[in-house]
Amino acid sequence: MKSLPEITDKVKKNLIWKSVFRRDYRNTVRDRAQAVFGNVFLHLHPVQVRESAVKLRFTWGMGGITLFAFIILVITGVVLMFYYHPSIDQAYTDIKDLEFQVPFGVILRNLHRWGAHFMVIVVMIHMFRVFMTGSYKAPRQFNWGVGVILLVLTFLLSFTGYLTPWDQLGFWAITVGTNMGAATPLLGYQGPFSEYLHITPYNDVRFALLGGAQVGGNALLRSYIWHCVAIPLVATILMMVHFWRVRKDGGISKPQK
Amino acid sequence: MNPFIEIITQPDNIAIVIMVIMVSFYMVWAFQQAFQNDRLLAAGLPVDGENDRFIDTFKPLVRIELLIALVVMVGLTVWSILVDAPLEEIANPTLTPNPAKAPWYFLGLQELLVYFDPWLAGVVLPSLIVVGLLAIPYIDINPKGNGYYTFAERKWSIIIFSFGFFVLWLLLIVIGVFFRGPGWLWYWPWQEWDHSRVVFEPTRDLTALIGIESRSLPGFIIGAIVVGSYMVGGMIAPYLYWKKNNPELLTQLGMIRYVTIIFLFITMMSIPIKMVLRLVFLIKYVWITPWFSV
Ligand code: HEM
Repeated sequence: MKSLPEITDKVKKNLIWKSVFRRDYRNTVRDRAQAVFGNVFLHLHPVQVRESAVKLRFTWGMGGITLFAFIILVITGVVLMFYYHPSIDQAYTDIKDLEFQVPFGVILRNLHRWGAHFMVIVVMIHMFRVFMTGSYKAPRQFNWGVGVILLVLTFLLSFTGYLTPWDQLGFWAITVGTNMGAATPLLGYQGPFSEYLHITPYNDVRFALLGGAQVGGNALLRSYIWHCVAIPLVATILMMVHFWRVRKDGGISKPQK
Repeated sequence: MNPFIEIITQPDNIAIVIMVIMVSFYMVWAFQQAFQNDRLLAAGLPVDGENDRFIDTFKPLVRIELLIALVVMVGLTVWSILVDAPLEEIANPTLTPNPAKAPWYFLGLQELLVYFDPWLAGVVLPSLIVVGLLAIPYIDINPKGNGYYTFAERKWSIIIFSFGFFVLWLLLIVIGVFFRGPGWLWYWPWQEWDHSRVVFEPTRDLTALIGIESRSLPGFIIGAIVVGSYMVGGMIAPYLYWKKNNPELLTQLGMIRYVTIIFLFITMMSIPIKMVLRLVFLIKYVWITPWFSV
């Protein structure tokens, strides 16, 4: 029998291990820094941070929680995509199958639904925190703007997901929501001044959103693509910009007086 | 079951209950830290975090991030085990539910439909909310309160933002979720929804108060004067006030900033004003034009 240190030693001297983890971790200043910038995920962070940036009471970790909610949604969302067809003949029964056929389908769907509600809640609280600490002031004006767009995208992500189960709830929520598009001044057929542009129910904003004059198969496909591809892509890019700018603007804001 | 318990335990509404709890908690925490810093500032002492030292990211920060992720993951998992996401009947375009509600985070906007026509409530005001949020860093020229919680140093910006966020956004969402039933009528959460209930609320237009038909030419002109003087008067009054009492502020702001701030502010305040007009005086429109009504 070999002792535990001997086994660890053997594993760590192994060629494969050494190719993955370049060096041992020895809790020295150098290794603590290396742990951060030697790791693609951790190197989002600076090597050193101000003490109160780590304290929960300043940021509440709320931006990080928003990111984490987003990651959970991407993972559960990708798994859901394996079981789902965006067509009005199959969408609803696919969700029923998730409930009754797919192993852990109920939990999967629940995690995605509650995770989405959760992300909307925490992104609003994150904005409130940033406001209350005055962190939108110079030099962080631009990053606040990026954040505002991310807030809108978070709403739109959830909104486009509403239709996908093709049940009464989603159908009518989307109907109510997109009817607002019909009221757009100039560009919606019920909006003020639209008659001067010859806008009808067949060429207005609402039509463009739905791919038709009513919520139907095209609307389902459009919301699906916005929901699963287009908006997550844009949101991911903007999050990269957002995190990059947090660093470039000097890290979490500190008292400037 | 007690209708109150029923409405707050509907699966999707649990999220709203969680939101109310979380938002209240963080609101108290933010203001508590703000007042604490205010006391330090008043005493001429450094605020929280001012004399910070640097510490290694690894492990303190990484550890706390991992912990938060675990707590969130456990919380969401428990939530998902306890509560099942509902699936209603298959979509049926011929069967309109009553009430037909938008997703919960848009219910504040849907609530505005009681007071404004759809082009304002559904398009113009939401766009202005986004524009207003984007404008905040550029119109708030107060350099104080950057990077720490404080109330005393930025009273007005916090009061205005909080009014918009807590009252006009969050409170209206809560009203939309818990207090609106069939026909978008008001129901207390402990009241049973009654689908046959009709409330006949005789509404009138502003000019009817002085006996003038709102769709007539005189009605149109009076309406235009009222709306015009709200907008123009609202733009000029603060200018005159500051000119007299704080001319320095006006120079600092400059014209573009001044106009943006005041325009956004009076637009925001038109919401509570229109609510009072509608709820207290039963007034539907202030001004009716051939193209739109306000
Ligand atoms: C998908 C949405 C978002 C994600 C994932 C996100 C993520 C983050 C993270 C991780 C941070 C680091 C500090 C912290 O945790 O508080 C941060 C900071 C920041 N966020 Fe966001 N955020 C989002 C939306 C927003 C929104 C809606 C706003 C404002 C309207 C905003 C404005 C800012 C600003 C100005 C900072 C710098 C704060 C400081 O230096 O103290 N972000 N964000």
